[in-house]
Amino acid sequence: MSVRSELALISEWIHPGTRVLDLGCGEGQLLRYLRDTRDVIGYGLEIAPENIVSCVEKDIPVIQTNLDEGLKDFDPLSFDYVVMTQTLQAVRYPEHLLNEMLRVGREGIVTFSNLGHWRSRLRLALSGRMPVSGDPALDWYNSPNIHLCTVRDFEALCEDTGIRILERTFIDNAHRKHGLARVFPNLLGEVALYRFERA
Amino acid sequence: MPEQFPADSVGLVTPKTLHFDQPLELDCGRVLPEYDLVYETYGELNADASNAILVAHALSGDHHAAGYHSPDDRKPGWWDASIGPGKPLDTNRFFIVCSNNLGGCRGSTGPVSPNPETGALYGADFPMVTVPDWVRSQARLADALGIDQWAAVVGGSLGGMQALQWAIDFPERTRHCVVIAAAPKLSAQNIAFNEVARQAILRDPEFHEGRYSEYGVTPERGLALARMLGHITYLSEDALRAKFGRELREGKINFNYDVEFEVESYLRYQAETFVRHFDANTYLLMTKALDYFDPAANYDDNLAAALKHVTASFLILSFTSDWRFPSSRSREIVRALQDGNKRVTYSEIVAPQGHDSFLMPIPVYRDLLQAYMNRVAQEANV
Repeated sequence: MSVRSELALISEWIHPGTRVLDLGCGEGQLLRYLRDTRDVIGYGLEIAPENIVSCVEKDIPVIQTNLDEGLKDFDPLSFDYVVMTQTLQAVRYPEHLLNEMLRVGREGIVTFSNLGHWRSRLRLALSGRMPVSGDPALDWYNSPNIHLCTVRDFEALCEDTGIRILERTFIDNAHRKHGLARVFPNLLGEVALYRFERA
Repeated sequence: MPEQFPADSVGLVTPKTLHFDQPLELDCGRVLPEYDLVYETYGELNADASNAILVAHALSGDHHAAGYHSPDDRKPGWWDASIGPGKPLDTNRFFIVCSNNLGGCRGSTGPVSPNPETGALYGADFPMVTVPDWVRSQARLADALGIDQWAAVVGGSLGGMQALQWAIDFPERTRHCVVIAAAPKLSAQNIAFNEVARQAILRDPEFHEGRYSEYGVTPERGLALARMLGHITYLSEDALRAKFGRELREGKINFNYDVEFEVESYLRYQAETFVRHFDANTYLLMTKALDYFDPAANYDDNLAAALKHVTASFLILSFTSDWRFPSSRSREIVRALQDGNKRVTYSEIVAPQGHDSFLMPIPVYRDLLQAYMNRVAQEANV
Protein backbone atom coordinates (compact mmCIF):
# COMPACT_ATOMS: atom_id res chain seq x y z
CA MET A 1 0.00 0.00 0.00
CA SER A 2 1.32 3.45 -0.82
CA VAL A 3 1.47 5.71 2.20
CA ARG A 4 1.95 8.73 0.00
CA SER A 5 -1.15 8.21 -2.08
CA GLU A 6 -3.16 7.68 1.08
CA LEU A 7 -1.86 10.95 2.56
CA ALA A 8 -2.64 12.77 -0.68
CA LEU A 9 -6.18 11.42 -0.78
CA ILE A 10 -6.81 12.40 2.84
CA SER A 11 -5.42 15.87 2.34
CA GLU A 12 -7.85 16.45 -0.55
CA TRP A 13 -10.64 16.12 2.01
CA ILE A 14 -9.20 18.64 4.43
CA HIS A 15 -9.78 22.37 4.05
CA PRO A 16 -6.72 24.59 4.45
CA GLY A 17 -6.16 26.32 7.76
CA THR A 18 -8.29 23.92 9.79
CA ARG A 19 -7.62 22.10 13.07
CA VAL A 20 -6.83 18.40 12.86
CA LEU A 21 -6.43 15.74 15.52
CA ASP A 22 -4.59 12.67 14.25
CA LEU A 23 -5.25 9.50 16.28
CA GLY A 24 -2.36 7.07 16.18
CA CYS A 25 -0.24 9.57 14.26
CA GLY A 26 2.81 7.28 14.06
CA GLU A 27 5.87 9.21 12.99
CA GLY A 28 3.81 12.27 12.16
CA GLN A 29 3.92 11.97 8.34
CA LEU A 30 0.27 12.92 7.82
CA LEU A 31 0.39 15.96 10.08
CA ARG A 32 3.61 17.10 8.45
CA TYR A 33 2.06 16.63 5.02
CA LEU A 34 -1.04 18.54 6.08
CA ARG A 35 1.01 21.28 7.72
CA ASP A 36 3.13 21.69 4.59
CA THR A 37 0.34 21.39 2.01
CA ARG A 38 -2.78 22.50 3.85
CA ASP A 39 -1.46 24.81 6.54
CA VAL A 40 -3.40 22.92 9.20
CA ILE A 41 -2.63 23.06 12.89
CA GLY A 42 -3.19 20.12 15.14
CA TYR A 43 -1.95 17.47 17.45
CA GLY A 44 -1.01 13.89 16.97
CA LEU A 45 -1.92 11.26 19.52
CA GLU A 46 0.49 8.36 19.70
CA ILE A 47 1.40 5.64 22.14
CA ALA A 48 4.86 4.45 21.01
CA PRO A 49 7.79 6.40 22.49
CA GLU A 50 10.00 5.99 19.40
CA ASN A 51 7.23 7.46 17.24
CA ILE A 52 6.94 10.40 19.62
CA VAL A 53 10.64 11.10 19.13
CA SER A 54 10.08 11.03 15.35
CA CYS A 55 7.23 13.53 15.68
CA VAL A 56 9.36 15.85 17.81
CA GLU A 57 12.06 15.69 15.13
CA LYS A 58 9.47 16.82 12.59
CA ASP A 59 8.23 19.56 14.91
CA ILE A 60 4.80 17.95 15.11
CA PRO A 61 3.07 18.46 18.48
CA VAL A 62 2.24 15.03 19.81
CA ILE A 63 0.55 13.89 22.99
CA GLN A 64 1.23 10.43 24.28
CA THR A 65 -2.16 8.80 24.58
CA ASN A 66 -3.63 5.35 24.87
CA LEU A 67 -6.60 5.55 22.47
CA ASP A 68 -8.31 2.74 24.35
CA GLU A 69 -8.89 5.28 27.11
CA GLY A 70 -10.89 7.49 24.74
CA LEU A 71 -10.41 11.19 24.08
CA LYS A 72 -11.52 12.43 27.48
CA ASP A 73 -8.95 15.23 27.57
CA PHE A 74 -10.54 16.90 24.55
CA ASP A 75 -13.54 19.19 24.55
CA PRO A 76 -16.55 18.63 22.29
CA LEU A 77 -16.10 19.91 18.73
CA SER A 78 -12.64 21.27 19.43
CA PHE A 79 -11.32 20.06 16.05
CA ASP A 80 -12.52 20.38 12.47
CA TYR A 81 -11.33 16.89 11.63
CA VAL A 82 -10.37 13.90 13.69
CA VAL A 83 -8.34 11.53 11.52
CA MET A 84 -7.39 7.95 12.16
CA THR A 85 -5.29 6.18 9.56
CA GLN A 86 -4.66 2.45 9.71
CA THR A 87 -5.39 2.39 13.44
CA LEU A 88 -9.06 1.42 13.77
CA GLN A 89 -8.16 -2.26 13.63
CA ALA A 90 -5.74 -1.91 16.56
CA VAL A 91 -8.02 -0.27 19.10
CA ARG A 92 -9.99 -2.15 21.69
CA TYR A 93 -13.30 -0.33 21.27
CA PRO A 94 -13.66 0.86 17.65
CA GLU A 95 -17.31 1.80 18.04
CA HIS A 96 -16.63 3.90 21.12
CA LEU A 97 -13.67 5.57 19.47
CA LEU A 98 -15.67 6.45 16.34
CA ASN A 99 -18.25 8.10 18.58
CA GLU A 100 -15.46 9.90 20.43
CA MET A 101 -14.08 11.14 17.11
CA LEU A 102 -17.39 12.78 16.31
CA ARG A 103 -17.76 14.18 19.80
CA VAL A 104 -14.39 15.94 19.54
CA GLY A 105 -14.43 16.76 15.81
CA ARG A 106 -16.96 18.04 13.30
CA GLU A 107 -15.93 15.36 10.85
CA GLY A 108 -14.07 12.08 11.09
CA ILE A 109 -11.74 10.51 8.57
CA VAL A 110 -10.79 6.86 8.84
CA THR A 111 -8.65 4.59 6.71
CA PHE A 112 -8.21 0.87 7.12
CA SER A 113 -7.11 -2.20 5.23
CA ASN A 114 -10.16 -3.93 3.82
CA LEU A 115 -10.25 -7.58 4.83
CA GLY A 116 -12.99 -8.15 2.27
CA HIS A 117 -10.37 -7.76 -0.46
CA TRP A 118 -10.27 -10.76 -2.76
CA ARG A 119 -6.80 -11.78 -1.67
CA SER A 120 -7.88 -12.04 1.96
CA ARG A 121 -10.90 -14.04 0.89
CA LEU A 122 -8.71 -16.28 -1.23
CA ARG A 123 -6.31 -16.90 1.62
CA LEU A 124 -9.08 -17.88 3.94
CA ALA A 125 -10.83 -19.99 1.32
CA LEU A 126 -7.78 -21.84 0.05
CA SER A 127 -5.52 -22.17 3.08
CA GLY A 128 -8.10 -21.97 5.83
CA ARG A 129 -5.84 -19.47 7.62
CA MET A 130 -6.86 -16.06 8.95
CA PRO A 131 -6.04 -13.21 6.62
CA VAL A 132 -3.41 -10.87 8.05
CA SER A 133 -3.12 -7.14 7.73
CA GLY A 134 -0.02 -5.04 8.04
CA ASP A 135 3.32 -6.56 8.95
CA PRO A 136 3.45 -10.01 7.28
CA ALA A 137 5.83 -11.22 10.01
CA LEU A 138 2.95 -11.05 12.49
CA ASP A 139 0.43 -13.79 12.99
CA TRP A 140 -3.17 -13.56 14.24
CA TYR A 141 -2.15 -14.09 17.89
CA ASN A 142 0.61 -11.49 18.15
CA SER A 143 -0.67 -8.83 15.77
CA PRO A 144 -1.79 -5.52 17.28
CA ASN A 145 -4.62 -5.67 14.76
CA ILE A 146 -7.40 -7.11 16.86
CA HIS A 147 -10.44 -5.67 15.05
CA LEU A 148 -9.98 -6.34 11.37
CA CYS A 149 -13.02 -5.50 9.27
CA THR A 150 -14.31 -5.26 5.75
CA VAL A 151 -15.82 -2.36 3.84
CA ARG A 152 -19.26 -3.82 4.40
CA ASP A 153 -18.58 -4.33 8.14
CA PHE A 154 -17.51 -0.71 8.54
CA GLU A 155 -20.51 0.69 6.69
CA ALA A 156 -22.85 -1.47 8.75
CA LEU A 157 -21.26 -0.11 11.93
CA CYS A 158 -21.74 3.46 10.70
CA GLU A 159 -25.37 2.69 9.94
CA ASP A 160 -25.88 1.22 13.41
CA THR A 161 -24.18 4.04 15.31
CA GLY A 162 -25.75 6.98 13.51
CA ILE A 163 -22.72 7.97 11.48
CA ARG A 164 -23.33 9.51 8.06
CA ILE A 165 -20.70 8.69 5.44
CA LEU A 166 -19.92 11.83 3.46
CA GLU A 167 -17.33 10.46 1.09
CA ARG A 168 -15.49 7.23 0.52
CA THR A 169 -12.69 6.14 -1.73
CA PHE A 170 -10.67 2.98 -2.24
CA ILE A 171 -7.15 2.21 -3.24
CA ASP A 172 -6.45 -1.03 -5.05
CA ASN A 173 -3.27 -3.04 -4.78
CA ALA A 174 -1.69 -1.07 -7.61
CA HIS A 175 -1.91 1.98 -5.29
CA ARG A 176 -4.42 3.78 -7.45
CA LYS A 177 -7.93 4.84 -7.03
CA HIS A 178 -9.39 1.98 -8.99
CA GLY A 179 -12.24 2.28 -11.41
CA LEU A 180 -13.56 -1.15 -10.66
CA ALA A 181 -12.89 -0.78 -6.94
CA ARG A 182 -15.51 1.93 -6.99
CA VAL A 183 -18.02 -0.58 -8.24
CA PHE A 184 -16.88 -3.52 -6.12
CA PRO A 185 -15.12 -1.86 -3.20
CA ASN A 186 -15.41 -4.74 -0.79
CA LEU A 187 -13.78 -7.08 -3.30
CA LEU A 188 -11.22 -4.87 -5.01
CA GLY A 189 -10.47 -2.08 -2.52
CA GLU A 190 -7.31 -2.83 -0.61
CA VAL A 191 -7.42 0.31 1.50
CA ALA A 192 -10.67 2.06 2.34
CA LEU A 193 -10.90 5.77 3.16
CA TYR A 194 -14.00 7.34 4.69
CA ARG A 195 -15.05 10.83 5.63
CA PHE A 196 -18.07 10.99 7.90
CA GLU A 197 -20.10 13.06 10.34
CA ARG A 198 -22.76 12.58 12.96
CA ALA A 199 -26.03 11.74 11.23
CA MET B 1 43.19 18.14 35.28
CA PRO B 2 40.23 18.00 32.95
CA GLU B 3 41.33 14.64 31.48
CA GLN B 4 39.98 13.07 34.67
CA PHE B 5 36.47 14.03 33.76
CA PRO B 6 34.30 12.15 31.28
CA ALA B 7 34.43 13.50 27.72
CA ASP B 8 30.77 14.55 27.89
CA SER B 9 31.23 16.49 31.13
CA VAL B 10 31.45 20.27 31.30
CA GLY B 11 34.45 19.62 33.57
CA LEU B 12 35.51 22.06 36.27
CA VAL B 13 33.05 24.85 36.93
CA THR B 14 33.14 27.85 39.24
CA PRO B 15 30.00 29.47 40.65
CA LYS B 16 29.57 33.20 40.16
CA THR B 17 27.69 35.67 42.30
CA LEU B 18 25.72 38.72 41.23
CA HIS B 19 24.61 41.35 43.71
CA PHE B 20 21.32 43.14 43.12
CA ASP B 21 20.74 46.52 44.78
CA GLN B 22 17.28 47.05 43.41
CA PRO B 23 14.77 45.97 46.09
CA LEU B 24 12.61 42.97 45.22
CA GLU B 25 8.97 43.10 46.24
CA LEU B 26 7.78 39.68 47.25
CA ASP B 27 4.32 38.12 47.00
CA CYS B 28 4.12 37.94 50.80
CA GLY B 29 4.18 41.74 50.91
CA ARG B 30 7.69 42.08 52.24
CA VAL B 31 10.64 43.51 50.36
CA LEU B 32 14.16 42.19 49.98
CA PRO B 33 16.18 45.42 50.00
CA GLU B 34 19.13 43.79 48.26
CA TYR B 35 20.20 40.25 47.50
CA ASP B 36 22.77 38.00 45.90
CA LEU B 37 22.14 35.31 43.35
CA VAL B 38 24.76 32.64 42.96
CA TYR B 39 24.71 30.83 39.63
CA GLU B 40 26.68 28.68 37.24
CA THR B 41 26.85 28.83 33.47
CA TYR B 42 27.92 26.20 30.97
CA GLY B 43 28.70 26.80 27.31
CA GLU B 44 29.01 30.16 25.54
CA LEU B 45 26.38 32.82 24.97
CA ASN B 46 26.23 33.50 21.23
CA ALA B 47 26.38 36.96 19.66
CA ASP B 48 22.63 37.53 19.48
CA ALA B 49 22.02 35.83 22.84
CA SER B 50 19.56 33.42 21.22
CA ASN B 51 20.99 30.24 22.73
CA ALA B 52 20.45 30.78 26.45
CA ILE B 53 18.67 28.17 28.54
CA LEU B 54 17.57 28.62 32.13
CA VAL B 55 17.59 25.49 34.25
CA ALA B 56 15.53 25.82 37.42
CA HIS B 57 16.25 23.58 40.37
CA ALA B 58 13.97 21.56 42.61
CA LEU B 59 13.42 21.54 46.37
CA SER B 60 16.84 20.46 47.57
CA GLY B 61 18.77 21.36 44.41
CA ASP B 62 21.03 24.30 43.81
CA HIS B 63 22.96 26.18 41.13
CA HIS B 64 25.47 23.35 40.70
CA ALA B 65 23.66 21.52 37.90
CA ALA B 66 26.61 20.08 35.99
CA GLY B 67 30.34 19.46 36.13
CA TYR B 68 32.67 19.44 39.11
CA HIS B 69 33.84 22.06 41.58
CA SER B 70 37.08 20.23 42.21
CA PRO B 71 38.89 17.24 40.72
CA ASP B 72 38.25 15.49 44.04
CA ASP B 73 34.46 15.75 43.80
CA ARG B 74 32.90 12.33 43.95
CA LYS B 75 29.75 13.40 42.19
CA PRO B 76 29.00 15.96 39.47
CA GLY B 77 26.17 18.53 39.59
CA TRP B 78 22.60 17.33 40.05
CA TRP B 79 21.62 17.24 36.36
CA ASP B 80 24.90 16.16 34.84
CA ALA B 81 22.96 13.36 33.11
CA SER B 82 21.39 15.96 30.81
CA ILE B 83 23.87 18.86 30.64
CA GLY B 84 27.19 18.67 28.81
CA PRO B 85 28.80 18.40 25.37
CA GLY B 86 26.59 16.16 23.22
CA LYS B 87 23.98 15.73 25.96
CA PRO B 88 20.37 16.89 25.51
CA LEU B 89 21.23 20.31 26.96
CA ASP B 90 24.25 20.45 24.71
CA THR B 91 26.86 22.91 25.96
CA ASN B 92 28.41 22.99 22.46
CA ARG B 93 25.24 24.73 21.30
CA PHE B 94 23.58 26.28 24.32
CA PHE B 95 24.53 28.72 27.04
CA ILE B 96 23.03 27.22 30.16
CA VAL B 97 22.32 29.18 33.33
CA CYS B 98 21.32 27.72 36.68
CA SER B 99 20.92 29.88 39.77
CA ASN B 100 20.32 29.04 43.41
CA ASN B 101 16.84 30.18 44.36
CA LEU B 102 16.31 33.02 46.82
CA GLY B 103 15.78 31.53 50.25
CA GLY B 104 18.26 28.80 49.41
CA CYS B 105 21.29 27.91 51.47
CA ARG B 106 24.04 27.55 48.88
CA GLY B 107 25.00 31.14 48.32
CA SER B 108 21.96 33.05 47.12
CA THR B 109 20.45 35.27 49.77
CA GLY B 110 18.48 33.16 52.23
CA PRO B 111 18.09 32.30 55.89
CA VAL B 112 21.84 31.69 56.31
CA SER B 113 22.73 35.12 54.84
CA PRO B 114 23.17 38.27 56.91
CA ASN B 115 20.20 40.58 57.05
CA PRO B 116 21.60 43.97 55.93
CA GLU B 117 19.23 45.75 58.30
CA THR B 118 20.43 43.97 61.43
CA GLY B 119 23.79 42.50 60.53
CA ALA B 120 22.68 39.17 62.02
CA LEU B 121 21.74 36.14 59.96
CA TYR B 122 18.20 36.20 58.57
CA GLY B 123 17.35 32.82 60.01
CA ALA B 124 13.62 32.55 60.58
CA ASP B 125 13.20 36.22 59.60
CA PHE B 126 13.82 35.49 55.96
CA PRO B 127 10.56 36.26 54.15
CA MET B 128 8.47 33.55 52.51
CA VAL B 129 9.28 33.36 48.83
CA THR B 130 7.09 32.03 46.05
CA VAL B 131 7.66 30.57 42.59
CA PRO B 132 6.69 33.91 40.96
CA ASP B 133 9.20 35.68 43.26
CA TRP B 134 11.92 33.35 42.05
CA VAL B 135 10.95 33.95 38.45
CA ARG B 136 11.16 37.72 38.96
CA SER B 137 14.62 37.36 40.51
CA GLN B 138 15.72 35.11 37.64
CA ALA B 139 14.44 37.70 35.16
CA ARG B 140 16.78 40.24 36.70
CA LEU B 141 19.61 37.77 36.38
CA ALA B 142 18.68 37.37 32.70
CA ASP B 143 18.77 41.18 32.31
CA ALA B 144 22.21 41.30 33.88
CA LEU B 145 23.48 38.56 31.57
CA GLY B 146 22.08 40.31 28.48
CA ILE B 147 19.46 37.66 27.77
CA ASP B 148 16.19 39.11 26.46
CA GLN B 149 14.58 35.78 25.73
CA TRP B 150 15.43 32.29 26.88
CA ALA B 151 15.63 29.71 24.10
CA ALA B 152 14.09 27.48 26.74
CA VAL B 153 13.32 27.42 30.44
CA VAL B 154 13.72 23.87 31.71
CA GLY B 155 13.06 22.26 35.05
CA GLY B 156 11.94 19.14 36.89
CA SER B 157 9.57 19.01 39.84
CA LEU B 158 9.62 22.40 41.59
CA GLY B 159 11.94 23.47 38.76
CA GLY B 160 9.22 22.56 36.25
CA MET B 161 6.82 24.79 38.14
CA GLN B 162 9.25 27.68 37.73
CA ALA B 163 9.46 26.93 34.00
CA LEU B 164 5.66 27.03 33.77
CA GLN B 165 5.57 30.29 35.73
CA TRP B 166 8.14 31.79 33.36
CA ALA B 167 5.91 31.02 30.38
CA ILE B 168 2.98 32.69 32.16
CA ASP B 169 4.72 35.74 33.62
CA PHE B 170 7.17 36.44 30.80
CA PRO B 171 5.64 35.02 27.61
CA GLU B 172 7.82 37.22 25.40
CA ARG B 173 10.95 35.99 27.15
CA THR B 174 10.21 32.26 27.03
CA ARG B 175 10.53 30.59 23.61
CA HIS B 176 10.25 27.02 24.86
CA CYS B 177 9.16 25.63 28.19
CA VAL B 178 10.15 22.15 29.35
CA VAL B 179 8.19 20.97 32.37
CA ILE B 180 9.29 17.60 33.75
CA ALA B 181 7.67 15.58 36.53
CA ALA B 182 5.72 18.58 37.78
CA ALA B 183 2.13 19.55 38.57
CA PRO B 184 0.03 22.69 38.09
CA LYS B 185 -0.44 22.78 41.87
CA LEU B 186 0.04 20.46 44.80
CA SER B 187 -2.63 17.99 45.84
CA ALA B 188 -3.86 17.77 49.42
CA GLN B 189 -1.72 14.64 49.77
CA ASN B 190 1.37 16.52 48.55
CA ILE B 191 0.73 19.31 51.04
CA ALA B 192 0.15 16.76 53.78
CA PHE B 193 3.56 15.19 53.18
CA ASN B 194 5.15 18.64 53.22
CA GLU B 195 3.38 19.45 56.46
CA VAL B 196 4.71 16.31 58.17
CA ALA B 197 8.20 17.24 57.00
CA ARG B 198 7.76 20.75 58.39
CA GLN B 199 6.36 19.50 61.68
CA ALA B 200 9.40 17.26 62.09
CA ILE B 201 11.59 20.38 61.87
CA LEU B 202 9.33 22.73 63.82
CA ARG B 203 9.00 20.25 66.71
CA ASP B 204 12.70 19.57 66.99
CA PRO B 205 13.72 20.94 70.44
CA GLU B 206 16.73 22.52 68.76
CA PHE B 207 14.69 24.45 66.24
CA HIS B 208 14.25 27.43 68.61
CA GLU B 209 11.64 29.05 66.38
CA GLY B 210 14.11 29.10 63.53
CA ARG B 211 16.79 30.97 65.49
CA TYR B 212 18.88 27.86 66.07
CA SER B 213 22.07 29.43 64.76
CA GLU B 214 21.95 31.95 67.63
CA TYR B 215 22.04 28.97 69.97
CA GLY B 216 24.85 27.32 68.07
CA VAL B 217 22.76 24.26 67.25
CA THR B 218 20.87 22.86 64.27
CA PRO B 219 17.58 20.96 64.29
CA GLU B 220 19.28 17.98 62.73
CA ARG B 221 16.83 15.37 63.92
CA GLY B 222 13.85 17.20 62.46
CA LEU B 223 15.59 17.96 59.19
CA ALA B 224 16.72 14.34 58.94
CA LEU B 225 13.16 13.10 59.43
CA ALA B 226 11.90 15.57 56.84
CA ARG B 227 14.47 14.32 54.36
CA MET B 228 13.69 10.67 55.06
CA LEU B 229 10.01 11.26 54.46
CA GLY B 230 10.68 13.28 51.32
CA HIS B 231 13.06 10.68 50.02
CA ILE B 232 10.49 7.91 50.32
CA THR B 233 8.08 9.96 48.22
CA TYR B 234 10.75 10.55 45.55
CA LEU B 235 11.23 6.82 45.01
CA SER B 236 8.77 4.22 43.84
CA GLU B 237 7.89 1.09 45.75
CA ASP B 238 9.41 -0.90 42.88
CA ALA B 239 12.66 1.05 43.13
CA LEU B 240 12.89 0.45 46.88
CA ARG B 241 12.08 -3.22 46.45
CA ALA B 242 14.64 -3.65 43.69
CA LYS B 243 17.31 -1.81 45.65
CA PHE B 244 16.76 -3.23 49.13
CA GLY B 245 13.87 -5.66 49.26
CA ARG B 246 13.79 -6.91 52.84
CA GLU B 247 17.53 -7.44 52.97
CA LEU B 248 18.82 -7.60 56.51
CA ARG B 249 22.07 -5.96 57.38
CA GLU B 250 23.30 -8.79 59.57
CA GLY B 251 21.34 -11.54 57.92
CA LYS B 252 19.01 -11.90 60.92
CA ILE B 253 16.62 -9.83 62.97
CA ASN B 254 17.91 -8.65 66.32
CA PHE B 255 14.73 -7.50 68.05
CA ASN B 256 15.95 -3.93 68.56
CA TYR B 257 15.68 -0.49 67.01
CA ASP B 258 19.10 -0.30 65.45
CA VAL B 259 19.46 -0.58 61.71
CA GLU B 260 18.20 -4.01 60.75
CA PHE B 261 16.82 -3.71 57.26
CA GLU B 262 19.04 -2.29 54.53
CA VAL B 263 16.39 0.25 53.60
CA GLU B 264 16.70 1.71 57.11
CA SER B 265 20.43 2.04 56.68
CA TYR B 266 19.94 3.76 53.35
CA LEU B 267 17.42 6.27 54.72
CA ARG B 268 19.61 7.11 57.71
CA TYR B 269 22.62 7.62 55.44
CA GLN B 270 20.62 9.87 53.09
CA ALA B 271 19.39 11.91 56.05
CA GLU B 272 22.82 12.25 57.64
CA THR B 273 24.50 13.49 54.50
CA PHE B 274 21.61 15.84 53.80
CA VAL B 275 21.57 17.59 57.19
CA ARG B 276 25.28 18.33 56.89
CA HIS B 277 24.78 20.64 53.94
CA PHE B 278 21.17 21.82 54.04
CA ASP B 279 19.51 24.45 56.17
CA ALA B 280 16.28 23.71 58.02
CA ASN B 281 14.79 27.16 57.45
CA THR B 282 15.46 26.81 53.73
CA TYR B 283 13.72 23.43 53.75
CA LEU B 284 10.68 25.02 55.38
CA LEU B 285 10.63 27.86 52.84
CA MET B 286 10.99 25.57 49.84
CA THR B 287 8.12 23.33 50.93
CA LYS B 288 5.93 26.39 51.41
CA ALA B 289 6.79 27.67 47.93
CA LEU B 290 5.64 24.29 46.64
CA ASP B 291 2.40 24.40 48.62
CA TYR B 292 1.58 27.94 47.47
CA PHE B 293 2.27 27.31 43.79
CA ASP B 294 -1.05 27.60 41.95
CA PRO B 295 -0.95 29.78 38.84
CA ALA B 296 -4.65 29.13 38.17
CA ALA B 297 -5.68 30.58 41.55
CA ASN B 298 -5.94 34.10 40.12
CA TYR B 299 -8.07 32.86 37.22
CA ASP B 300 -11.00 31.19 39.00
CA ASP B 301 -8.97 27.99 39.17
CA ASN B 302 -8.99 27.85 35.38
CA LEU B 303 -5.51 26.80 34.30
CA ALA B 304 -6.30 27.35 30.61
CA ALA B 305 -7.16 30.96 31.46
CA ALA B 306 -3.87 31.31 33.35
CA LEU B 307 -2.07 30.03 30.26
CA LYS B 308 -4.07 32.12 27.80
CA HIS B 309 -1.26 34.50 26.98
CA VAL B 310 1.63 32.09 26.87
CA THR B 311 3.43 31.94 23.55
CA ALA B 312 6.06 29.33 24.37
CA SER B 313 6.08 25.86 22.88
CA PHE B 314 5.89 23.20 25.56
CA LEU B 315 7.40 19.85 26.24
CA ILE B 316 5.70 18.17 29.19
CA LEU B 317 7.15 14.92 30.54
CA SER B 318 6.08 12.59 33.31
CA PHE B 319 7.18 9.19 34.55
CA THR B 320 5.04 6.09 35.03
CA SER B 321 6.29 5.31 38.53
CA ASP B 322 6.16 8.89 39.88
CA TRP B 323 3.48 8.89 42.55
CA ARG B 324 4.46 12.25 44.01
CA PHE B 325 3.54 14.07 40.79
CA PRO B 326 1.86 11.35 38.74
CA SER B 327 1.23 11.60 35.01
CA SER B 328 -2.35 12.70 35.60
CA ARG B 329 -0.98 15.96 37.05
CA SER B 330 1.15 16.62 33.98
CA ARG B 331 -1.84 15.88 31.79
CA GLU B 332 -3.74 18.66 33.56
CA ILE B 333 -1.15 21.07 32.19
CA VAL B 334 -1.31 19.44 28.75
CA ARG B 335 -5.06 19.70 28.67
CA ALA B 336 -5.05 23.37 29.64
CA LEU B 337 -2.53 24.07 26.88
CA GLN B 338 -4.61 22.13 24.34
CA ASP B 339 -7.67 24.13 25.33
CA GLY B 340 -5.80 27.26 24.35
CA ASN B 341 -4.42 25.80 21.10
CA LYS B 342 -0.87 26.07 22.43
CA ARG B 343 1.94 24.06 20.95
CA VAL B 344 2.50 21.17 23.32
CA THR B 345 4.14 17.77 23.18
CA TYR B 346 3.63 15.33 26.03
CA SER B 347 5.13 11.99 26.84
CA GLU B 348 4.85 9.63 29.76
CA ILE B 349 8.20 7.92 30.14
CA VAL B 350 8.16 4.31 31.33
CA ALA B 351 10.62 4.32 34.22
CA PRO B 352 10.71 2.50 37.55
CA GLN B 353 12.67 5.11 39.53
CA GLY B 354 9.75 7.21 40.78
CA HIS B 355 9.79 11.00 40.98
CA ASP B 356 13.59 11.03 40.91
CA SER B 357 13.47 9.61 37.36
CA PHE B 358 13.80 13.15 36.04
CA LEU B 359 17.40 13.22 37.28
CA MET B 360 18.36 9.88 35.76
CA PRO B 361 19.98 8.91 32.46
CA ILE B 362 17.00 6.95 31.12
CA PRO B 363 17.52 6.21 27.38
CA VAL B 364 14.00 6.94 26.10
CA TYR B 365 13.84 10.10 28.24
CA ARG B 366 17.21 11.22 27.00
CA ASP B 367 16.27 10.55 23.35
CA LEU B 368 13.11 12.59 23.61
CA LEU B 369 14.73 15.48 25.45
CA GLN B 370 17.58 15.40 22.92
CA ALA B 371 15.16 15.49 19.96
CA TYR B 372 13.25 18.39 21.50
CA MET B 373 16.34 20.38 22.39
CA ASN B 374 17.63 19.83 18.84
CA ARG B 375 14.54 21.65 17.61
CA VAL B 376 15.17 24.39 20.15
CA ALA B 377 18.74 24.70 18.90
CA GLN B 378 17.66 24.82 15.26
CA GLU B 379 15.23 27.65 16.04
CA ALA B 380 18.02 29.49 17.82
CA ASN B 381 20.26 28.96 14.78
CA VAL B 382 22.89 27.09 16.76
